[in-house]
Amino acid sequence: MTQRRIVITGMGAISPFGVGIECLWEHLEAGATAVREILPSDRPGGMRSHVAATIPPIDSSAIDRKKRRFMSPMSIYSTLAALEAIHQAGLTAEHISGRRLGLSLASTMGSTQESESFFGEMLRSGSMEQIKSTMFFKTMNHSCAANTAQALGVQGRILAPSAACASGNLAIGLGYEAVQTGRQDIMICGGADEYHPLMTMVFDIMNAASIKYNHRPELTPRPFEVERDGVVCAEGAGILILEELRHAQQRNATIFAEIIGFSTLSSPDDLANPDTETMVDCMLESLRQGQIGSEQIDYVNAHATATERGDIAEGKAIEAVFGRAVPVSSLKGHLGHTMAASGALELIASIQSMQHKVLLATRNLEYPDERCGNIDHVRKNRAQTITSVLKNSFALGGINSTLIIRRYMND
Amino acid sequence: MTDEEIIQVINDSMIEEFELDVGVMLPESHLSKDLALDSLDFVDLVVVLQKAFNVKLREDPRMRKIQTLGDLHALVLEKKRELESA
Repeated sequence: MTQRRIVITGMGAISPFGVGIECLWEHLEAGATAVREILPSDRPGGMRSHVAATIPPIDSSAIDRKKRRFMSPMSIYSTLAALEAIHQAGLTAEHISGRRLGLSLASTMGSTQESESFFGEMLRSGSMEQIKSTMFFKTMNHSCAANTAQALGVQGRILAPSAACASGNLAIGLGYEAVQTGRQDIMICGGADEYHPLMTMVFDIMNAASIKYNHRPELTPRPFEVERDGVVCAEGAGILILEELRHAQQRNATIFAEIIGFSTLSSPDDLANPDTETMVDCMLESLRQGQIGSEQIDYVNAHATATERGDIAEGKAIEAVFGRAVPVSSLKGHLGHTMAASGALELIASIQSMQHKVLLATRNLEYPDERCGNIDHVRKNRAQTITSVLKNSFALGGINSTLIIRRYMND
Repeated sequence: MTDEEIIQVINDSMIEEFELDVGVMLPESHLSKDLALDSLDFVDLVVVLQKAFNVKLREDPRMRKIQTLGDLHALVLEKKRELESA
């Protein structure tokens, strides 16, 4: 039996740069940064990191009030991104409501802001009388997936994987497998998260948040750089439409790329620290799934969040698999770490790199840290034809995840 | 607070909470049929009014009989008077 092939026929984004995939690309190609200083009123006492990349105010009126009332910002972002992706894919109401279309959408957790409001009220008044009926729907772990599916009218399977920073990559991979195994013909996939100071605090407590550039936010984060000092947290949503090849061809859909490999492997030795060996195995397994050699990869879009240990572990793993033969960059210097959205937004940017034949540089990378491996860092945007891309996402909890896409070839 | 001011606060709160047009905020407007409020909206309506007027409405049996915006205005005014005379 011929294996089903899965292609990408639509993309949508809400990024810290603003609304839409064109906005995302324009800013990335220009080398812009979305990182800003956080207002003092948004900084809990003791938090040393004062930088983040948040989304500018956006119009959510395209979502009906009775759907929107259950949504925290992350669900608004993911729904708007999904509407853009669906429009680009040319999917009809019949496609959306058919049982053959599902959704795999991740967030790292439910809305922290809503949980904070709930417990704040309980602590203040000791009473539930001021709690609105929609509170729970914003805090539940699958809030983003459930809300987006409800708003769109999805009637196939709903997957809501949560795996910290690898959530988006994992959601796309699981969506890919759902179509590959024939359970669905189309999957709306991606990740979304909303900013809350708790994100920054989590990394700050572990000495893994950027604290040296509070007054020069444009200089951080600095993936793979000698002077990097940690993560800059961000928010966003990235959505991709995954579709079985013949299904896409039959309706004359535009095909932007094909997903050919996906792997996710665990490193159980340490919940908080990355493991080079598992990263290597994860990339090798995705290459095996894709039935291509490492020499056929044209670009690695790294996870690289600018932490001391994470960048070293990943850089060494990339060197072990590719040596200096393949260009590598991270987009965290532009976007910050958009958490569950990062896997999806950075994959969308990689597809745009394919389309525009431009490799995006790692922003803020002036002096590469030699401890991050002997690899080919992209330090200035580079004109290059790109056929295949390997995209890494790694997460606290020992989660490792890799996707491989390639330019669609009618073979 | 005068009765007119109370009615204004009720209407403004509902316009903001349920994104209603000013033009539909008529005493004869039916909360379900005209303003399209559903059961969860009624829960949140109670929360909003309790907070705005510091009254207890959730367990008040008269709340279940409310049909129109005018009915709601009358009940809140009545509750305020009960509170003031207590």
